[in-house]
Amino acid sequence: MAIQFVLNGKPKTVSVNPNMPLLWVLRDHLNMTGTKFGCGMALCGACTVHINGEATRSCITPISSVAGKQVTTIEGLSPDHSHPVQQAWLEIDVPQCGYCQSGQIMTASALLAKTPHPTDAEIDDAMAGNICRCGTYDRIRKAIHEAAKIQAGGAKAAGATADDGAELVASAEVVVTGGA
Amino acid sequence: MSTQTNGLDRRSFLKTGLAGATGLVIGFYLPGRKEVLAATRAGVDGATAPGTLNAWVQVTPDDVVTIVISKSEMGQGVQTSLAMLAAEELECDWKRIQTVFAPAEVVYFDPAFRMQGTGGSQSIHSAWMPMRQAGATARMMLVQAAAQKWGVDASECHAENGAVVHAATKRRATYGSLAEAAAKVTPPDKVTLKDPSQFKVIGKPVKRLDSAIKTNGRASFGIDQRQPGMLHAVVLRCPVFGGKVASFDATKGKAIAGVKDVLQISGGIAVVADNTWTAMEGRRALDVKWDEGPNAAVSSGTIFKGFADACQTPGVVARKEGDAAAGLSSAAQKVEAVYQAPYESHATMEPMNCTAYVQADRVDIWAPTQFQTPSQGIAAGIAGVKLDASFVHTTYLGGGFGRRGWSDFVTEACEVSKAMKAPVQVTWSREDDMQHDYYRPASYVKISAGLGADGNPTTFTARVACDSIMSWFFPGSIKNGMDSSSVEGISDIPYDIPNILVDYHLVAGPVPMGFWRSVGASQNGFFSESFVDELATAAKKDPYEYRKALLAKKPRHLGVLNLAAEKANWGTPLPKGRYRGIAVVEAFGTYVAEVAEVSLDKDNGVKVHRVVVALDCGRVVNPNIIEQQAVGGVVYGLTQTLKNEITIDKGRVQQSNFNDYDMLRMNEMPKIVEVHIVPSEETPTGMGEPAVPPVAPAVCNAIFAATGKRVRRLPIRAEDLT
Repeated sequence: MAIQFVLNGKPKTVSVNPNMPLLWVLRDHLNMTGTKFGCGMALCGACTVHINGEATRSCITPISSVAGKQVTTIEGLSPDHSHPVQQAWLEIDVPQCGYCQSGQIMTASALLAKTPHPTDAEIDDAMAGNICRCGTYDRIRKAIHEAAKIQAGGAKAAGATADDGAELVASAEVVVTGGA
Repeated sequence: MSTQTNGLDRRSFLKTGLAGATGLVIGFYLPGRKEVLAATRAGVDGATAPGTLNAWVQVTPDDVVTIVISKSEMGQGVQTSLAMLAAEELECDWKRIQTVFAPAEVVYFDPAFRMQGTGGSQSIHSAWMPMRQAGATARMMLVQAAAQKWGVDASECHAENGAVVHAATKRRATYGSLAEAAAKVTPPDKVTLKDPSQFKVIGKPVKRLDSAIKTNGRASFGIDQRQPGMLHAVVLRCPVFGGKVASFDATKGKAIAGVKDVLQISGGIAVVADNTWTAMEGRRALDVKWDEGPNAAVSSGTIFKGFADACQTPGVVARKEGDAAAGLSSAAQKVEAVYQAPYESHATMEPMNCTAYVQADRVDIWAPTQFQTPSQGIAAGIAGVKLDASFVHTTYLGGGFGRRGWSDFVTEACEVSKAMKAPVQVTWSREDDMQHDYYRPASYVKISAGLGADGNPTTFTARVACDSIMSWFFPGSIKNGMDSSSVEGISDIPYDIPNILVDYHLVAGPVPMGFWRSVGASQNGFFSESFVDELATAAKKDPYEYRKALLAKKPRHLGVLNLAAEKANWGTPLPKGRYRGIAVVEAFGTYVAEVAEVSLDKDNGVKVHRVVVALDCGRVVNPNIIEQQAVGGVVYGLTQTLKNEITIDKGRVQQSNFNDYDMLRMNEMPKIVEVHIVPSEETPTGMGEPAVPPVAPAVCNAIFAATGKRVRRLPIRAEDLT
């Protein structure tokens, strides 16, 4: 059965079992592996994408329900790493293993679209569905506040960030004092 | 080789060398330093790329320096921190470096493990000399090449920022322009490493090299591998440990459109399809009868009863000092307690998986593996090819925590690929992952202490009962019933106590055991540091001051303890309803003290507001990554303290997914986790694991401060708080 939807701004038609979750259509049918499989039961948030702008767990979303809708994945969040959330993630150097980060970023970007200046409590509430086993939560919190600032002040030089991951010195607030 | 007889134990290997290594398909060979530095990276097809200066450094004409990373990147930051070591001595432009993960080759063996693998918080420690030597050697070869080109003496030239300079004539040549000639230079016999005062990169909070591709979806994990013509498979395994397939009917499974085949492999029934979801659908439709074997009546209750029964009699001695029996009988005061900790699952966010392609004359695996050497051997064995035709392509690991030291997922993928004669990716569901893990041992300990009239301990005894990780990892390696990983974190109790007796009962069981972030210290640190708090209470002393007095001869323990107490303002009043607890544990040569600040709430249980971490991991290589690992370790520790346990019933794991084995989440994250580092000039030690062990005792000691009630088993339950 042919199902049509808009994927990262471009029309897409797929012919697959209508019950197949969007996650597996993306990963195995379209080979777009940025969206991750974590639990298959909407418990961990690793598979989060935007459907019509809403953060949605793609692992329990049958492809048939996506017909006619706008789907955005991590690959489509920005063409050049310029989304404020991506910039902030680099600024704070958030990822460790990185596996959950696509989902974290998609949830965070959906939050900021609706709530441009979230409080810590609003961040906790929005992000509680996304597990990070490495424990990057504190940096995610900082990065969301940072992204809110970037978003409010207009994007930093777009496209200038792909190399920033290799910047020599991190700007994250790292406590390196010691004095025993 | 379809069964696994591989593994490691850091200390056992160091102590006994090859004694336990029977069954490995590769011989242990550890090249000398000079041999290593002269060795070039063979590459997957046996061809050496131009500009390869040694096994770790390659320079291409476009001035890009490639540094080979022989450790698996699973979040702990080795890709960045190991590259920093080589780059420091190489004097290259940090912005022009790239890294590649090493193929499986002898030259990349870890000197401590004598195989290629990542674990035991060992990477930065074991790479500290070789990576800097590799960088320095390459630099000297580049300088020599420039000197030859200019007809000057090498001593007149120096390297800076990716180029060689002859100051007298103001000539400058980039590394890229020199690389081809430098590759022909004989490596120097002697390399001189920089004095630490000259470090430009080491010690700086350098940003991670992998952050950009981990924020745009491009980082390629094991599960993201895609090969032409690749099939997807899932495996149905017997839910009861030790059980096997009695019979199966694949008719319904095969009838599902897209299912290519259903076949029996050594670990269960594999369903092969053209995508993962269809393979899972096919698996759901299988009709399998299991022979549940001898363990179908095993439960957590029977297992812990076995531990308690074992502890009725003396075990194998792990540590003996003075005369514990006499010390106890003459003590002014005696304190006794029983502690226990449950099985824990690793729950890496990326479920286990492997992609394999077995062909007539070679096998390739694309694997998120922590141990390349055993993975290579297993793949070669299944494919029936020689080791040098078994190619391991290490991907990013979506978490490891010890789980990926096993290669069971490699076995499965190779078996299915061999049968299908095609590239196959085997993917585990979350349920597969949680129910077929190699778990952190459940453990039980009887502890006692005798105190003198001054309240200080004269005697400490601990009798530990649990299954042994090493006996699972390395069957036959256990001599005299002792596995040091079962008692680490308690047998090495650092306090000044004249009489100490720690003994151990290895209680073998059917639940598979594995290394879990911080290994034995993850439970033994909880036992020992909670019990020391009990002693402080019995002595009517402050828990920090009590520890401090007993650590006078342990400067590094004392250093972190004092720093944590100072930064947490220990002894100053807290807001009403808040309580502090403290703990200090050494693991893998790194010292960590933590102070937890908690409050209790009848409805919501424990809330951890702040954790102060003080650590000493020797010389700091990258404080940015150290801070990440310390905070991440606290989260990992809080999860085992507050959230979850694996329990067994009818021979199988009762938990299945994050609904019944949950992780700490954003809303439960302490508002403040702060990390303080003790300055040190000691050789660096690892930070991947050591922040985990002090978390549980610090939190439980804070709960005692609040309630006057001891938490003696994990995780904390509602009834512990009233």
